Amino acid sequence: MMIALPSLPRKYHSASVWALYIVGFIPAVSAFYLGATGQLPGNAIKEFEHLLGIWALRFLIATLCITPIRDLFGINWMRYRRALGLLAFWYVVMHFSTYMILDKYLDFASIIADIAKRPFITIGMAGFVMLVPLALTSNNWSIRRLGPRWNRLHKLVYVIAAAGALHFTMSVKVVGPEQMIYIALVAALLVWRLLRSRYNQWRRERARPSYGAAQ
Amino acid sequence: MAAYHPPKIASHEITPESLFMSRRAFMGAAAGSLLLTSSAGAIAADLKASPSPFKVGEPLTPEKDVTNYNNFYEFGMGKGDPAANSGDFKPSPWTIKVDGMVAKPKEFGLDELMAMPLEERTYRMRCVEAWSMVIPWIGFPLAGLLDKVEPLGSAKYVAFETVVRPEQMPGQSGYFQPLAWPYVEGLRLDEARHPLTILSVGLYGKTLPNQNGAPVRLVVPWKYGFKGIKSIVKITLTEKEPPTTWNRSAPNEYGFYANVNPAVDHPRWSQATENRIGEGGFFGGSRRNTLPFNGYAEEVAGLYAGMDLVKNF
Ligand code: HEM
Repeated sequence: MMIALPSLPRKYHSASVWALYIVGFIPAVSAFYLGATGQLPGNAIKEFEHLLGIWALRFLIATLCITPIRDLFGINWMRYRRALGLLAFWYVVMHFSTYMILDKYLDFASIIADIAKRPFITIGMAGFVMLVPLALTSNNWSIRRLGPRWNRLHKLVYVIAAAGALHFTMSVKVVGPEQMIYIALVAALLVWRLLRSRYNQWRRERARPSYGAAQ
Repeated sequence: MAAYHPPKIASHEITPESLFMSRRAFMGAAAGSLLLTSSAGAIAADLKASPSPFKVGEPLTPEKDVTNYNNFYEFGMGKGDPAANSGDFKPSPWTIKVDGMVAKPKEFGLDELMAMPLEERTYRMRCVEAWSMVIPWIGFPLAGLLDKVEPLGSAKYVAFETVVRPEQMPGQSGYFQPLAWPYVEGLRLDEARHPLTILSVGLYGKTLPNQNGAPVRLVVPWKYGFKGIKSIVKITLTEKEPPTTWNRSAPNEYGFYANVNPAVDHPRWSQATENRIGEGGFFGGSRRNTLPFNGYAEEVAGLYAGMDLVKNF
């Protein structure tokens, strides 16, 4: 199935990527401003920590949506994928920093105890650790240098998204619809990963002439 | 009416230590503590209550935080949900049925509850989620109500039940129900009769807002907040330990006793420290150390003499 979207003129491509970075940081910047000026209601630090965590997960999922959107709808948003992945990385960095600095007051004994003892934090930390090499290799030079190994390395993002969704689900007192939705999204994206080569092959065999031209 | 004996309160419960010490230095050792106990002025508002010596010497949590940051899953799971979704709830008329192992079971109407000797008591409130508040409650000792129904000698526990009204409580209807209703809680009879344990009908000089458990809720200041069951319709005296909602939901995380204890972590977070709500922004507040029994150890530790509080968390 093909969806006809007016395509963005090529000369705006790189500007649109920068716009995505700017828009992507708005939730963090506005919440930080509100929190720092005492305008976040209730438990400001937790609100901020949660907001950063949930946006990290959203950007991870958005990163994983780019390929299925191209496979299924023929819309090529590949140029935004790196920005989405890096936004996810920076949100996790901010989430982790908020946890360490504002929530834990850099009490390293307690932070290390948390990471070692509490499975949901161990899993979150594992996700963060795996994100670091992906962020470091999210540039053209690394892609050229690593060749096919780059693709293999970046499959880790599926594990990270699963870790993120699990971490979220395990962090709450009662698992509700919100956690179910994130788990279901990540599961669907993983399943698509397993099915897509067969789907694309089936599609090629049907040899729709328009496919090659899809942008 | 049942006799009510105010307990002995340590002076540090009444005034912050630092203020206490500096004033003492001023006034001389003898007069200090007597004068300080009489400073609790009643707040002008719709609900009259007499001042009481139960007054934490820490700044009150602003009213807007007390009434907008709530866990009351009957109205939704978000902290703002109870304030947003409790508009249709009707806290009047209301009755509490008190039955079970008592000589004189009885249904109390709201006016009877409001006619109990109401006091204003400022207590710390420590949530199991590692945050806390300081709240000026209005209420009366639960012991006063229990005396009226004359518990039998064989009664050992008190079970409480929240109202079930799916049509007025959105968290109780729909596909997803976070907990099994009705919400139930329980105390040992000696805990229930302890002078610190109150049924609250108001806060900040007014009747209880719906989101805080209108029209009547339990307040047990040395226990985690979830023990403070809201919108109570039934109190039953029993011989056996009654089931409690959070314990049924996650037995490894929430015990029957749920005494505030910095030495016993929740499986997912440390209970050693807490965040005081409403201290303003990221940098205004400070994480403070959580106190054993939420700072009420002197009054209540005796209830648990010889008990393993790690096992009985
Ligand atoms: C892939 C990386 C991560 C993702 C996607 C992620 C996402 C999330 C999300 C969505 C939440 C729940 C927000 C809510 O309840 O609304 C959360 C909570 C939390 N995360 Fe993460 N997180 C990640 C890594 C980490 C790391 C590295 C740490 C610290 C070592 C951490 C510590 C926490 C804590 C302590 C909470 C719970 C706060 C509370 O409710 O008390 N997370 N995270």
